[in-house]
Amino acid sequence: MSRLHELFKHKSSRILNVYCTAGFPHADSTLPVMKALQDAGADIIELGMPYSDPLADGPVIQQSSGVALQNGMTIAKLFADLKDFRRDVSIPVILMGYLNPVLQYGFKRFCGDAAAVGIDGLILPDLPEYEYETIYGPVMKAHGLDMIFLVTPETSEDRVRRLDELSSGFLYAVSSSSTTGSGKKMDSVEAYLMRLKGYGLQNPVLVGFGIRDRETFDTACKHANGAIIGTAYIQQLEHSDEVEKATHDFLGSILT
Amino acid sequence: MTAPFNRPDAHGYYGSFGGAFIPEMLHRNVAELQARYLEIMQDPTFQRDVDALLRDYVGRPTPLFLAERLSAKHGTQIWLKREDLCHTGAHKINNTVGQILLAERLGLKRIIAETGAGQHGVATATVCALKGLECVVYMGEKDIERQAPNVARMRMLGATVVPATSGSKTLKDATNEAIRDWINHPVDTHYIIGSVVGPHPYPDMVARFQSVISAEIRKQLLEKTGSELPTHVVACVGGGSNAAGAFYHFLEEPEVAIVAVEAAGHGVHTDMSAATTQLGKPGILHGSMSLLMQTEDGQVIEPHSISAGLDYPGIGPMHANLYKSGRGIFLSATDDEAIASAFEVSRLEGIIPALETAHAFAALDQMTFSPDDRVVVCLSGRGDKDLATYMQFMH
Ligand SMILES: Cc1ncc(COP(=O)(O)O)c(C=O)c1O
Repeated sequence: MSRLHELFKHKSSRILNVYCTAGFPHADSTLPVMKALQDAGADIIELGMPYSDPLADGPVIQQSSGVALQNGMTIAKLFADLKDFRRDVSIPVILMGYLNPVLQYGFKRFCGDAAAVGIDGLILPDLPEYEYETIYGPVMKAHGLDMIFLVTPETSEDRVRRLDELSSGFLYAVSSSSTTGSGKKMDSVEAYLMRLKGYGLQNPVLVGFGIRDRETFDTACKHANGAIIGTAYIQQLEHSDEVEKATHDFLGSILT
Repeated sequence: MTAPFNRPDAHGYYGSFGGAFIPEMLHRNVAELQARYLEIMQDPTFQRDVDALLRDYVGRPTPLFLAERLSAKHGTQIWLKREDLCHTGAHKINNTVGQILLAERLGLKRIIAETGAGQHGVATATVCALKGLECVVYMGEKDIERQAPNVARMRMLGATVVPATSGSKTLKDATNEAIRDWINHPVDTHYIIGSVVGPHPYPDMVARFQSVISAEIRKQLLEKTGSELPTHVVACVGGGSNAAGAFYHFLEEPEVAIVAVEAAGHGVHTDMSAATTQLGKPGILHGSMSLLMQTEDGQVIEPHSISAGLDYPGIGPMHANLYKSGRGIFLSATDDEAIASAFEVSRLEGIIPALETAHAFAALDQMTFSPDDRVVVCLSGRGDKDLATYMQFMH
């Protein structure tokens, strides 16, 4: 059974998934950030693979990607950094990234290397389900990687059900139609999450985009299994030299 | 029968290029376009509305002009398809007229666009003014500087021009910002993409709106020469919309040579170039699989061209397929060659071409012709917007 399945079997509420861009803030930050997140109480880590043209991201994550690229982060370097990470990190870790760098690395090679170092799943936001089903999905499954699709408030019921069927691990519910870190109001998010809950989906649902503090985390957790925090955590790291302290303070403010 | 070169399959693929690689946030809008664009475009009342605006507002058909002194220089017949005479000064308005009527049919009230040279931005601002719709145009900061007259025109037409300050601050980055805007405005907004790029159905939709260029060439050439087929069609390629329009009705005629001209910048083998087919590998940019200038690690390379409209690291998927299949001949012209050609055409024919178009003329020097060849060059736009650049080269 995958680490994600294992996690959700034992814990089905207030799951905290934290996003960080690999190679940010420093070239050698990736592992220390992951360890700090685990120690501070994160349930899942979502590692971003930086890309020059991150279409779905707002300025904060764009900038963290730019910094990471300047720090020399590449997929090859990431797998080298992650070679022995399972000695220190036991919680599920998923990789999030735009498709192009992954294709240049070679999709099969990528899935093989990811599975070998102990990655649990992938979020590839610009991989459409047609290409997933016809080309890429079977490769991921052969390597035991979970695939997490996104749904938004604009996604129709039929399509939510279809993407839920294609997903494993969890389903990523984008809270509002926006790029990351837009700070859009979460007014209508409760109605949307209740709608999703009413569908009786096969996967747990985690809510992302706009979750930034205790209040927004609580709102998300009322009607979903948990939430994903990205931009707000990146901002904490930007403003601190100490990864561990920044991580503990930030996660502490959300979890306690 | 083999797949046509000018149309994609049901999933938006031209051979192995195309598709719709978009995040879920754009799915509903793109899927709606996919589901409805053909039905709308093939509706006779829609076609009638497009034709009426193209005739009475844009000024179509544009002339096909025999450039005698240029012909003499190359020892052949060179015909110029005068897209520079379109209202607003370039072919771009063929597409914006079509898309604004389509947006109207879809009930969308807010229009966004990206622009490089500013011609597409002006063409979008123009049709938005005509229809009384809100218009926001994203433009790279560097392009705002080098195409100042077009920025002023957009503002005069009532559009909001938003500088794109990320990356190379040019067309690629303006397109990123436009796509992000669309993600953030999922309900009321139509994105008028300015070239045959983007997720399916944009490449096909824009190519169809631009195909009026080759439809007219066929008719005009028949009237003027007794043959509706040229021997060569030559066009510059940024994303490739004027080329797609000029090639469209000739792609299934194997005897017509299809010549696409990219911007070599300082030279194809310098690191200051935008010659995508020469330097690119298959990759995904702005929602489609195509050829893309990128590093080993799949990061997009910032291109260079003196011409803002060709300063783009990708190319439309139709053109990637023309390149890969060998149906198209892909040449390139450097910044210097383009400038020299712009001056030459100005003095031989009394027509100041856009810097983009000047690349197409420059490529004629790399080709050999017979006296009875019928060479059509797509004169995609006029050079008024480029005077500041041209003035730097007047000694
Ligand atoms: C006059 C002119 N020609 C050509 C282009 C390049 O675009 P495309 O390759 O889509 O025709 C532009 C773009 O701004 C333009 O203004």
